[in-house]
Amino acid sequence: MAANWFRQPSILPGFGLTLGFTTFFLSALVLLPLAALVLRTTSMTWADFIDTVLDPRALASYRLSFGAAFIAAIINAVFGFIVAWSLVRYEFPGRRLVDALIDLPFALPTAVSGIALAAVFSPTGWLGLQLQERLGIQVAYTWLGVVVALILIGLPFVVRSVQPALVEAQRDLEEAAETLGAGPFTVFRRIILPAVMPALVTGFTMAFARGVGEYGSVVFISGNLPLKTEITPLLIVIKLEQFDYNGAAALGFVMLLVSFLMLLAINLVQGWSRRRQTGADSRGGRVERRARPRKKTVT
Amino acid sequence: MAGGAPRYEKRQYVAPGVRAGRVALIAISIAFLGLLLIAPLAAVLGQAFAEGLRVFLESFTHADTISAIKLTLLTAAIVVPVNTLFGIAAAWAIAKFEFKGKSLLITLIDLPFAISPVIAGLVFVMLFGSQGWWGQWLQDNDIQVIFAVPGIVMATMFVTFPYVARELIPLMQQQGSEEEEAAITLGANAWTTFLRVTLPKIRWGLIYGVILCNARAMGEFGAVSVVSGHIRGLTTTMPLQVEILYNEYLFVSAFAVASMLALLAIVTLVIKTFVEWRADRRTG
Repeated sequence: MAANWFRQPSILPGFGLTLGFTTFFLSALVLLPLAALVLRTTSMTWADFIDTVLDPRALASYRLSFGAAFIAAIINAVFGFIVAWSLVRYEFPGRRLVDALIDLPFALPTAVSGIALAAVFSPTGWLGLQLQERLGIQVAYTWLGVVVALILIGLPFVVRSVQPALVEAQRDLEEAAETLGAGPFTVFRRIILPAVMPALVTGFTMAFARGVGEYGSVVFISGNLPLKTEITPLLIVIKLEQFDYNGAAALGFVMLLVSFLMLLAINLVQGWSRRRQTGADSRGGRVERRARPRKKTVT
Repeated sequence: MAGGAPRYEKRQYVAPGVRAGRVALIAISIAFLGLLLIAPLAAVLGQAFAEGLRVFLESFTHADTISAIKLTLLTAAIVVPVNTLFGIAAAWAIAKFEFKGKSLLITLIDLPFAISPVIAGLVFVMLFGSQGWWGQWLQDNDIQVIFAVPGIVMATMFVTFPYVARELIPLMQQQGSEEEEAAITLGANAWTTFLRVTLPKIRWGLIYGVILCNARAMGEFGAVSVVSGHIRGLTTTMPLQVEILYNEYLFVSAFAVASMLALLAIVTLVIKTFVEWRADRRTG
């Protein structure tokens, strides 16, 4: 049984059973396979590892995966904020429907969003045709297509992060600032932005992290040309199909490392926001957390 | 939607400039979402029915498509209950007790969220693949894991692993343990306490976690794609079947299967909205 140094006493039963099952299942399903990947990499020689990881094709794929994910996350931070703001602060017909729709990218299988985007943005698709003819921009089968897919995938992360922060933001501060003569821009920059910044950064980071690893929605719209529109996850799949296990493991290791750093960054941001909001419960955007009930704030 | 207390502040005077700003922001939001969410969804349906209802329905008579649907249902039927059980156990341990290393445990449970689906498939190839840790042993004993159903189930389980736990942990932490403690003090056993006290409290959150887990389990593409080997009629799930059909330029069939998956997503969202509405009504 667990001793007292390990846990605080409680009269509730089931600690050993539930914690035991949790750690066992976590270890067997997640940690052990991840360890297999890491150990596979350590069995390579250093030179092999570097050669694989810094191969021009690999470098081009990092540039695309990280670059497109970064651009998409920036766009999502801007538009996601506007969407969250409209949903929280304004009443308009269909608001609840729009609110429910935000989670669509979470629920929609990535392969479906992939072929759907390809259908819309391909040179024969209705939007792709317009963009091609009117503006001369080709989206599908270029890096722009990757960005569009990653915007779709990352949007809910930003909106669902920012929404609760906007609900909790103190409206009276905004009103006070307005009374004191601040214009809308000043209120936004000095009052609103600082209040939602941790949530926005969390949402941005989650959208970015998800975008870097995204596969299904991207491969249909990206064209998958080596050195040009080939994302890192696709390169891993290609290496596996050629039974180059070491190559796949090495690239997988790089991506895993990046995921860990992202997770660390998210935790740091969340810790920072918790410290800022003393007294508030743990917030700052969790993955797929439900939007909090929007209660009327009576002043 | 109808009835209930007014959720927003009463209408007050709004300066014309501010109102224009509002309209502009709402318009930007709706245009952005329309382009990004509605247009692709409409495209799926449009393409699926491009050659009429009969052709749409014919897509589902194809033997490979039927077996893909069966495999998807089978995978979800294994993955979802196991992950639900795990989610409840993890949430109980984390929300009801204080112990060392708790935040590390939470971070580790979240790990699959942060990992690329391709990596999720890759790690199982490293374990069970022909050149993997146990590859030789499995081959000697004629057990197929990769390019077979067990691999698909495991990869799906990995990807959907945190969903139920993630939904229940904050909910149970917020609810506290007073009622459970009272039940135990009054002599209820652990099982009764869980069934009669905890389960009714977490019911809606649990339902939401389960349907989300189910949607992801049925729709997982990247991880399953890596471990499946794309053997037609045997190891293709619905999303993989969509890919195969699409790459063979069988667009109507591809979008027909995709529309089923889109329907699944929409049903998931409807249930989610309903669950939230229930939760709102109880707290508000």
